[in-house]
Amino acid sequence: MATISMRLPVARKPVGPSASRGGEKHLVAPGDTITTDTGYMRGHGTYLEDEKLIASVAGAVERVNKLVCVKALKTRYNGEVGDIVVGRITEVQQKRWKVETNSRLDSVLLLSSMNLPGGELRRRSAEDELAMRDYLQEGDLISAEVQSIFSDGAVSLHTRSLKYGKLGQGVLVQVSPSLVKRQKTHFHDLPCGASVILGNNGFIWIYPTPEQKDEEAGGFTTNLEPVPLSDREVISRLRNCIVALVTHKLMLFDTSILYCYEASLPHQIKDILKPEVMEEIVLETRQRLLDLEG
Amino acid sequence: MASVVLSEAEKLYIVHGVQEDLRVDGRGCEDYRCAEVETDVVSNTSGSARVKLGHTDILVGVKAEMGTPKLEKPDEGYLEFFVDCSANATPEFEGRGGEELGSEIASTLYSVFSSGSTIDLKSLCINPREHCWVLYVDVLLLECGGNLFDAISLAVKAALFNTRIPKVCVLEDEEGSKEIELSDDPYDCIRLNVDNVPCIVTLSKIGYRHVVDATLQEEACCLASLLISVTSNGAFTSMKKVGKGSLDPESIFEMMETGKRVGKSLHIALQKILDEEESLGTSRQKVGFLG
Repeated sequence: MATISMRLPVARKPVGPSASRGGEKHLVAPGDTITTDTGYMRGHGTYLEDEKLIASVAGAVERVNKLVCVKALKTRYNGEVGDIVVGRITEVQQKRWKVETNSRLDSVLLLSSMNLPGGELRRRSAEDELAMRDYLQEGDLISAEVQSIFSDGAVSLHTRSLKYGKLGQGVLVQVSPSLVKRQKTHFHDLPCGASVILGNNGFIWIYPTPEQKDEEAGGFTTNLEPVPLSDREVISRLRNCIVALVTHKLMLFDTSILYCYEASLPHQIKDILKPEVMEEIVLETRQRLLDLEG
Repeated sequence: MASVVLSEAEKLYIVHGVQEDLRVDGRGCEDYRCAEVETDVVSNTSGSARVKLGHTDILVGVKAEMGTPKLEKPDEGYLEFFVDCSANATPEFEGRGGEELGSEIASTLYSVFSSGSTIDLKSLCINPREHCWVLYVDVLLLECGGNLFDAISLAVKAALFNTRIPKVCVLEDEEGSKEIELSDDPYDCIRLNVDNVPCIVTLSKIGYRHVVDATLQEEACCLASLLISVTSNGAFTSMKKVGKGSLDPESIFEMMETGKRVGKSLHIALQKILDEEESLGTSRQKVGFLG
């Protein structure tokens, strides 16, 4: 039976001051004066005009000794060496692939930075160049690490480890990069039955946990077997929980996703996206996270 | 139409999920996303409505103007549709990119409303052969998140429900020339009966099954869809097949049955929300675009 729910729009309520560590944040909008004190150095997101330091982006002011910068809430991904990213191939060029990673410029994956199947280490030949499309085509998703940054800000990626490579069946969720918390590891095998890759660029990849670790594959052979229904339910629930956390601007890391999953268990999967259920789940998650800290 | 690029493995995941009646966001094959409907959002129109279906955002405005009836139907008014795909929705619509999609949607709306029983056009006539009301329905696409046609038809029905046409009376002079007089009371107006206005249900064929209310990712996996316009009592007014794939006659029949079922529930849900909004009266807090 079809279920169709329609509702009248509800105006967003102004969010009350939440008990966050670190006290009050100084929030600014573009054009707001941060300070008139000339002793500060300007960092990202600020500019100097008429002896005043003015914000150029909307976000929170961060002060480190004499450096003032504004960290924006919603921005494109700014690459840093060592970040894990999930990207989509947009172009296949002569000796490299262009990867879309939600940054200002397309990222680059050089052929020499890519693992060959079987883990061989050899010089890339002309045949490898012609066979590039057999490895990665337009539209494929990969997980990679940032190797270096070009002078114009474009990011160079590498998949020189067996845990990186082409991604198989699963679900991609795109969020703002500022909501992904920087952690030691971004590959998580959640106890609820699915695995998740939290890309620093805001691309979250949810996939069924592979049964055995195929060390030789290195991510080249995609498993095209149908995913069982129980795994699908876990993946859909996780996807909806992540969307709920993002709508309420909570930081994404393995603990918050897990708490949100547990809080959503009494509800049906498709009900999680209803505004009132979303609010209830996120409130419970926020409470548990505060209890964990305090 | 706005589209996303997906990898083969992602498409396979979506197709297998549809076979098992569990889509990526947990919905079944016949479930719609949560919709938000609000009417009377644009103040200088005769009627307006805004519908948000997931990430799809549609704004419809209806303006009633005086015009001359068409020659072949001298005692009826008529509707004119215009669809504007704004560049806000997706960068593909920049400049004249959205024109093709806009004219496709407009011609679909014309064929949906072509049957005479959808709206009582005779009530729009003021003076046969001389004056009649012309309803200009303008559709604006603000955001493209899949399933455009359904959202547009819901918004058009809500906007027509909200339309208020001023009452006019025709006075005859001694010389025989007719004069049209507008009533003094600005709240004295006629409302349209939208009971027979159809809604479009898009059924997308993914794998061996069909789904309702496809997201952009699901639309990338479907080769053919069927657009059916259904009235509240289950009658079809038009049917159109889109997409480069082919459809089996048996699956077309199944899709039509599903479309009828889903269409009826859609009408019931929409009418309920419109009546609820109406009952709040003038004290209703308008959310609009800045809520």
